[in-house]
This record gives sequence, C-alpha cells and structure tokens, in this order.
Amino acid sequence: MISPDKCIGCRTCEVICSFSKIEAFNPKNSRVSVIAYDEAAISVPIMCMQCEEPSCMIVCPVSAIVKNKDGTVLIDENKCIGCKLCVSACPLGNITFNTGERKVVKCDLCGGDPYCAKFCPSEAIRFTEASPKNINRKMLIAEKFKELFGEVEE
Amino acid sequence: MFGWTGNILRVDLSNGTVKKEPLNLQDAKMYLGARGVATKIYMNEVDPNVDPLSAENKLIFMTGPLTGTFAASSGRYEVVTKAPLTGTIGASNSGGHFGPELKFAGFDGIIFEGKSEIPVYLYINDDKVELKSAEHLWGNNVFETTDEVLKETSMDARVACIGPAGEKGVLFATVMNDKHRAAGRSGLGAVMGSKKLKAIAVTGSNSVKVAKPKEFLESCIDARNKLKAHPVTSTGLPTYGTQILINILNESGALPTRNWRDGGYFEHAEETSGETLTEKYLVRNKGCFGCSIGCGRVTRIPEGKFKSFGEGPEYESGWSYGANCGVRDLAAISKANFICNELGVDPITMGCTIACAMELSERGILSKDEIGRTLKFGDAEAIVELTEMTGKREGFGDKLAQGSYRLAASFGYPELSMSVKRQEMPAYDGRGVQGMGLAYATSNRGGCHVRGYLTSPEILGVPQKLDPLVTTDKAQWLKIFQDLTAVVDSAGVCLFTTFALGLPEYSAMLRSALGWDIPDEEILKIGERIWNLERLFNIDAGFSKADDTLPPRLLEEPMPSGPAKGKVVELQEMLIEYYQVRGWDENGIPTDEKIEELSLR
Repeated sequence: MISPDKCIGCRTCEVICSFSKIEAFNPKNSRVSVIAYDEAAISVPIMCMQCEEPSCMIVCPVSAIVKNKDGTVLIDENKCIGCKLCVSACPLGNITFNTGERKVVKCDLCGGDPYCAKFCPSEAIRFTEASPKNINRKMLIAEKFKELFGEVEE
Repeated sequence: MFGWTGNILRVDLSNGTVKKEPLNLQDAKMYLGARGVATKIYMNEVDPNVDPLSAENKLIFMTGPLTGTFAASSGRYEVVTKAPLTGTIGASNSGGHFGPELKFAGFDGIIFEGKSEIPVYLYINDDKVELKSAEHLWGNNVFETTDEVLKETSMDARVACIGPAGEKGVLFATVMNDKHRAAGRSGLGAVMGSKKLKAIAVTGSNSVKVAKPKEFLESCIDARNKLKAHPVTSTGLPTYGTQILINILNESGALPTRNWRDGGYFEHAEETSGETLTEKYLVRNKGCFGCSIGCGRVTRIPEGKFKSFGEGPEYESGWSYGANCGVRDLAAISKANFICNELGVDPITMGCTIACAMELSERGILSKDEIGRTLKFGDAEAIVELTEMTGKREGFGDKLAQGSYRLAASFGYPELSMSVKRQEMPAYDGRGVQGMGLAYATSNRGGCHVRGYLTSPEILGVPQKLDPLVTTDKAQWLKIFQDLTAVVDSAGVCLFTTFALGLPEYSAMLRSALGWDIPDEEILKIGERIWNLERLFNIDAGFSKADDTLPPRLLEEPMPSGPAKGKVVELQEMLIEYYQVRGWDENGIPTDEKIEELSLR
C-alpha cells in the first residue's frame, strides 16, 4: 500500500531495490521510482501494482510474463526476448527497460518480503495483503472524521 | 572500482574544454573523498595566496565513497575552494540528490578552473559532457534557473546552481542544489559566479558498487537501526526539525540575542521555535537522498504580508533572523529564509549581518540616510527587505553583501561583528557553552558550528553529558569531534547521523564499501590528517595564532543573566591545551613530528 502523504522523498526505496537485484546502487535499475512534486509538496512512490488482469502479461508474445499463485506478476528472464511490448502496454508506466543491462525491469515483490517496504523510513510504502475490508485505510479516514468532529464539539 | 567511481571531470572554463581524469587513488586512500580529497587536490594545484574571485582560483565539487549508497543519509557532496568571505579554505557540503546523481553519472567530482567569458552551464549525461550557454539564465533566481535547466536538459536531472547573489559576488553567496539545499557557508557561490558558471545539471545511469555487498548491507542496516532507536534522530529531528534547538538553547541561556548584546535568553523564543513552526506552518517533512531522518521542513505561510512557501528555516537561520535580530515573527523569519534560498544567500551570515547593522544603527553609527530606512532590533519587515536587497545588491544591500566584519570595520567598529576569521558565528553562545567557544576560535573555515559540534555533549548529552560551563577536557573532546566530522564529511554522509552513530559504525560502512582492512583508529587518523591539511592551507594563506580568537564581547563582556551569568569564554586556557592535544607548537603550527606522523607533505 502506498501513502504519498507519508513519503519524505528520500528515495531509500530506489537505492535498496537496485541493490537487492544487482548488488549495486543504481536508481535507474530500481523497480520503484519516487516522483516528487515540489509545489504540491508531495512525492509519490510508484511501482508495479501486480494487476489482477495485467496488460503486460496479455501483450507478451512469448508468454514470458505469468501471474503466480500469490498473485505476483513475474517475468521469466529466460523466455523474455526484450521486445518491450510490456513496457508500452503497462498503463501505469511501471515496467522499464534498463539500457545498461538490456533487460526489462519490473517489481517481483522480492519473493514476498519487499525491501522497499522494509526500509521505507516513513512507512509510505507498506506491504500488506489486499483485503476486502481494508480496515486500516478505513480507520485512517475514520480517524480524520473523529478529529474534525472533535474540533467542532470543542 | 568500489565506493569511488574512479573518475574526475576537469572543466577549463577559459577555453571551454572538458577532460576525464582518473581519481588519484593514493589521495583517495589518505583523504577518503569529498572534503578531504577535494582539499588535497586544491592544495596541490592552487597557490594559497590566490584571489578567490580570480581566474586562477579553482572550484571543486566532490562526493565521498559512501555518497549514493545505502549508507545512512548518503546524499552529501562537498564544494571546496578558497573562501571569499574568510580567505581561509572554504569547504561547504550539501545534501539533496545532486551528489548521488554525479556518482551515478560515473564521476567522483568536478574540478572547475579558469573563467568563462559568457555565462555557461555544464550538462553531464553519463559520459556525454557539454558546456552550454547560460546567457538567458543570468539574473534568474535559483528556482527559475533550476526549472529552466531541467527543461533544456532532462527532467530527471539534478541541478546545482547560483542565484543573483552568486552572480553579483555577494561574499556569502551559496551554491544551491535541488532548489532548497545549500553548500551554504563562506561564499562559495561567489566563486562560481566569478567564473560565470551558472549551473551544473547531471543525470546518470551507472551503478555505484561496494567491495563486500553482504557486509556492507549489514553495516548499513545496523546504522539505520541505531538512527531509528536514538531519540534525536528518530523523534526530535523528524518531528520538529533542527529548530527544536531554539527552546533548548534558550533554556540553557546560550541562545545569543540581539547581536549577542543581550546575552543568551530571548524572551520571545517560544514563538520562533520548532514546535511553533510545526504547529503553525509545517506542510510536511522532507528527506535528502537515502535519509531516514527527514529533518527537512516544507513550510507554508498561508496568509498575511509574509505569505510564502518554501523550505526551512533551520535552527541557525531561525536564530540568525529571530533571536539575533530580536524578531519574534516566525512568518517573517521563514520568508527571509525562503528569499535566501531563491537568491542564493547564506541565511546565517545574512541574519547576523543585519543584526550587526541593527546594533550599528541603534548606536547611531549608521544613519537612516545610509540605510534608506529606520533600523532597530525587532523589525520583522527589515529582515525580509534587507535580505532581498542584499541578494540583488541593491541600495544598502550592496554594503551588507560584504558581511558583518567588513560592514562594521568600514565604520570603525569591527568588534561589533560577531565573527571569527570574518565569518559569523551561529547560534550557540560560547559563554554558556564553553566548548563551542573553542570550536569557533579554531574552526578551519572561521565561525562555524559544524566542524566540531560540542553542543552535542555539552547541551544534548550525546554521547555523554559534559558540563557546558567548564573548560575541563573540552580541548580533547573537540579534537575528536573535529577529526570524526572530517571523516563523516569526507565519506559523503550527513553529519546529523553522528547523534546516533560513532566511529565504529562509520568504520564498518567504509571498510565493507571499500574492501579495506584497517582498524577504526586508522580511519579517525584520516580525519586528523584532513584537519591538519586544512590548517596548513590557512597558515600558508597568512593566518596565525592571532586569528584563533573570538570577538571581544565573548572574551570581555560577562553573560548578563541565566545559568551562565557572569561567564566569559575562557579561551586562552582551552587554546593552549588544544594546541598541545593537536601536537602543534605554541603558535598553533603543526610540528614536524605531527606532519610526519600524518604523512602530510
């Protein structure tokens, strides 16, 4: 889950992501990018959202992209021919092509324990199972209501 | 190559050539990077008696071996040159994202030499490096320049630049990067302006590698856990920013008030504090590259005559414009600080110079005609107006642009400048924090708090509590702080991590990044070597024991009230001890034995 309101724009996620994949530091090789909006005073971490119906998977001509039983959308590097159709197909722009390594780059959730979430200093990126109730988000909004009504009562 | 990229860019602005050179690995081993390596290169190549604003001076941007890695708060780079404000070695570092990007482009640093005939900016896109005309950018402020350069180069580039103050030779002009981050002190922006270099844009796609990835990751995680566990770096700085210190220093009776004239207690401090800033104006926290602290403040003044938006103020600028000018309006303080960022001015020296002008004016030394307005302590409009005029060198701002020492001296009252080696001392009164008095007197770049921050033990009790009112052991403590700070600066990480980390943590990160196998003490020795190297530069540039001093106000006028009542800075006894601890002779010159021990020269 991404909370742009908490993001401090430090790009720790980008640094640790690249390190977990290539044992070197290179934001251009990161599966997550932080987009900062100076005037709006907000920054947004963007990464693959593991779509239910992934366009990248549908468009891949060699079936190199699959959705595993946990719902993670994965690229099989052995099958990938580097055609970059998936890069064009992703409506969120969350698949990139690394020109240095000549490889398609996409988030694989680090096998279930994503580094970006683990090391995010402000909890702007959290890794939680999507639940139909999504109780935390609801509580957050409820909290704001509580504050608002609290002020009115005072 | 591990840690370092191994490449340096040399840009000759006189004839417009750009050359890629290998990093001297012997220098890198002995001086680490950033502040250390840049100073070494500078001293190898430039005469210490050079005029800072001449073509013969060089300007060096340098990152450290940990810059751009997962190390704690690794966003730093250093700008080194001879400083126009002080005439000492000038070395200021800055965070944001510019330094790491330079490494991702494949360079540890850039050496600028000569002087361009027309305004130019440098664009680095990995190995593709070009000088482009900046004639259309000349005169633009920092934000306009950054936006325009991004448009002309690449939206994911990072930009360092100067504002009008740097162009016009304001002696305390800054180099700004990522709009709001500053290599702030000693006027390095004026050197950049004298070379007609408006900006540097950089974007890169290379990797920074480390020698032992697993060990490095472990050492970084250990450091980050310690930052998360320490109250200063996990709660204090994120919640209230550096401005949290306003109330703390005020309660300690060491918050210099009205040009240090009225002692260390400001009756309106609370209104200018970090707590008030958070409550009234804070929009959100902001972190530099790879930082888990996030002390940066995005601030909005929503209404009123000081309506504005920007970043800061930090503690020192909040103080320089606040308590030191006797101003209690946090909106005005914030706005003045934003203008500093826009025009590229050091808010510490700026606020202190206005405070000095206020005292000159109240004493009748400066007339209303000369200033163009009345000027008294507490005037909120004046700090905003005079900052704007100084950044643009308009009217009386032209005089303020020289800093408080030259201003006060021009009227025959140099003692009213609260500066050391012509650079204004920040926000800690040495009468109430004795060790800071010694730190100011001995700092290699003049009045400065971030060369040996003894406030940490003396006020905050980190790593252990020292009595701020006594001189005992302060020299020994200061030496260790100065040496460790040189290591931290040269490694490319943020000094604020030192609240939670010590030599063992920095050494562990450096060893695994560089594949070194040397003990902690050897790494601290690098810091001592850097400190002595800077000292040797200053001696060659004409500085002596006589310059290791403080304004008479701190040595002769007892603190009027508060916990330090009756105190002056006991400088002489601390200084004698300091020279001994440093292995220098009684005149403060490093002995031959010390020079040999450190393999200097």
